[in-house]
Amino acid sequence: MSAVLRVDQPGALCSVQDRGRIGAARYGVPASGAMDQFARAVANRLLDNPADAAVLEVTAGNASFTLLAATPLAITGADLQATLQGWRMPLWTVVQGLAGMRLRFGQRTAAWGGRAYIAVPGGFDVPLVLGSRSTYLAGGFGGFAGRMLRAGDVLAARPPRGDTTLLLGRTWPESARPGYQACPTLRIIRGPHADLFTPATHARLTGTRLLVSRSSNRMGFRLEGVPSLLPVAPVSIPSLGVLPGVVQVPPDGQPILLMADAQTTGGYPIIGVVIDADLPLAAQLLPGDALQFVVVDLAIATAARSQMQRWLAALPVSDAQDGLCGAPI
Amino acid sequence: MHDPDAVTWRFHDLGDTAMLVTSESVDLLVNQLVLALADTLAALALPGVQVVVPAINSALIRYDPAMLTAADLRAHVQRVLVRLKPVPATPARVVAVPVRYGGADGPDLADVAATLGISPAEVIRLHCGQVYRVMMIGFAPGYPYAGPLPPALHVPRRSTPRTQVPRGSVAIAAGLTGIYPAPLPGGWHVIGRTTLELFDPYADQPCLLQAGDGVQFVVLDEQPQR
Repeated sequence: MSAVLRVDQPGALCSVQDRGRIGAARYGVPASGAMDQFARAVANRLLDNPADAAVLEVTAGNASFTLLAATPLAITGADLQATLQGWRMPLWTVVQGLAGMRLRFGQRTAAWGGRAYIAVPGGFDVPLVLGSRSTYLAGGFGGFAGRMLRAGDVLAARPPRGDTTLLLGRTWPESARPGYQACPTLRIIRGPHADLFTPATHARLTGTRLLVSRSSNRMGFRLEGVPSLLPVAPVSIPSLGVLPGVVQVPPDGQPILLMADAQTTGGYPIIGVVIDADLPLAAQLLPGDALQFVVVDLAIATAARSQMQRWLAALPVSDAQDGLCGAPI
Repeated sequence: MHDPDAVTWRFHDLGDTAMLVTSESVDLLVNQLVLALADTLAALALPGVQVVVPAINSALIRYDPAMLTAADLRAHVQRVLVRLKPVPATPARVVAVPVRYGGADGPDLADVAATLGISPAEVIRLHCGQVYRVMMIGFAPGYPYAGPLPPALHVPRRSTPRTQVPRGSVAIAAGLTGIYPAPLPGGWHVIGRTTLELFDPYADQPCLLQAGDGVQFVVLDEQPQR
């Protein structure tokens, strides 16, 4: 356990996250975890970390850190203009950092991207709470002292597995990543209350370019740009369990897409649920970004998820020059 | 009192990593079956089942589709449902919750009483009058939805929720009663307050009240009521 980096500027929201605490839903505790679970998983795979290793989630950019020790680093997720000691940092690649180097994130200049992930060998060392190192911000527990990171915070790394010099240069091909892009199409499966809405309402949901409103955060995205999506009649639904990806429609008719810190239960009608494979695309959205929904069936959802699992199992490759070697097409 | 075998269950995919098992009807027996379903699935520990969240008349099952297909999960659950017995009507574990009713601790007590056409003292007497079942945990860590309340205590939710209610606030709405484990926005009517700790993420057992437990409210200190 040794200090590995210091937060100089946290940016809009920087927090320690891992794969979350799904099992804690029985206690009313949200799963939390990285918003983009695929980018988080890849960052850990690149560094041969255990699947439950904790990473830092950087939101929107304008963050900076100082390395306190020499360490390999992997940054995945969005291109937020990351530089290491002033040099552009290759993403989805293991790079060696030296003590004293500054890691800076600017703002997005590409067409898409909201969250980037910083990983180190061994993962970041914070206590397990309810089986996870993820931060539950609203609850004030988990991660780094239960809160977002602040200037001056120092993070330590857990012991790495094996020889970290062997990690350098490992990279993840773009062909094995989700379809990150501006205005992503999020595939949804019809929700249990879909029949409460008219076909015309469903057509409005899928035929419109929606926008992520400013009232959006890790709990969920309030979506704008569509005329009110009201059910055929006012409805009272007993509270039921929900999860990230659920698209629910409160009485004002403006849909909400639940994300990582969403409450574990809800009472609003559920019109659709974003498929697991497309949650990373949703996770890269910032307020003001556009998205579109399209309805698919379970078979398509399962196939898409299986493809991502195959990528995670087969990659990374050990040498940047062999970038396409072994990558499943 | 109707028959467990007469309950109709429906299955919905909630995306591709979760399934909802829902009853058409909403009543105490259905909730007793839902609680039993959650207990049974937890005991079975099917590989690929990550968590089961019981609710008023449904259970959410989160699963790993790489380990278990939706069709297989549905088949497992149907086999359980066929022979499912509800949890006993009397909860095995009953937690006594001491409450200071009214005054600053229960700012909505007087209004609730007026709405119901009974005295505040009668509201308190009814609220303490029986053991309620914790039908589900949700909304916030450790927040119990307990009931059913007697019809004499049925009030709709507040028309305007409070932006924050104090930790320990005891509240009622829509035939249920709950306790806010932390300062939280609150849409239910706050009739009292307890100093018991409802949720501690660092404890071996994080929730004082779990789904299936019984809760018995007890007057801690009577504020003078008109």
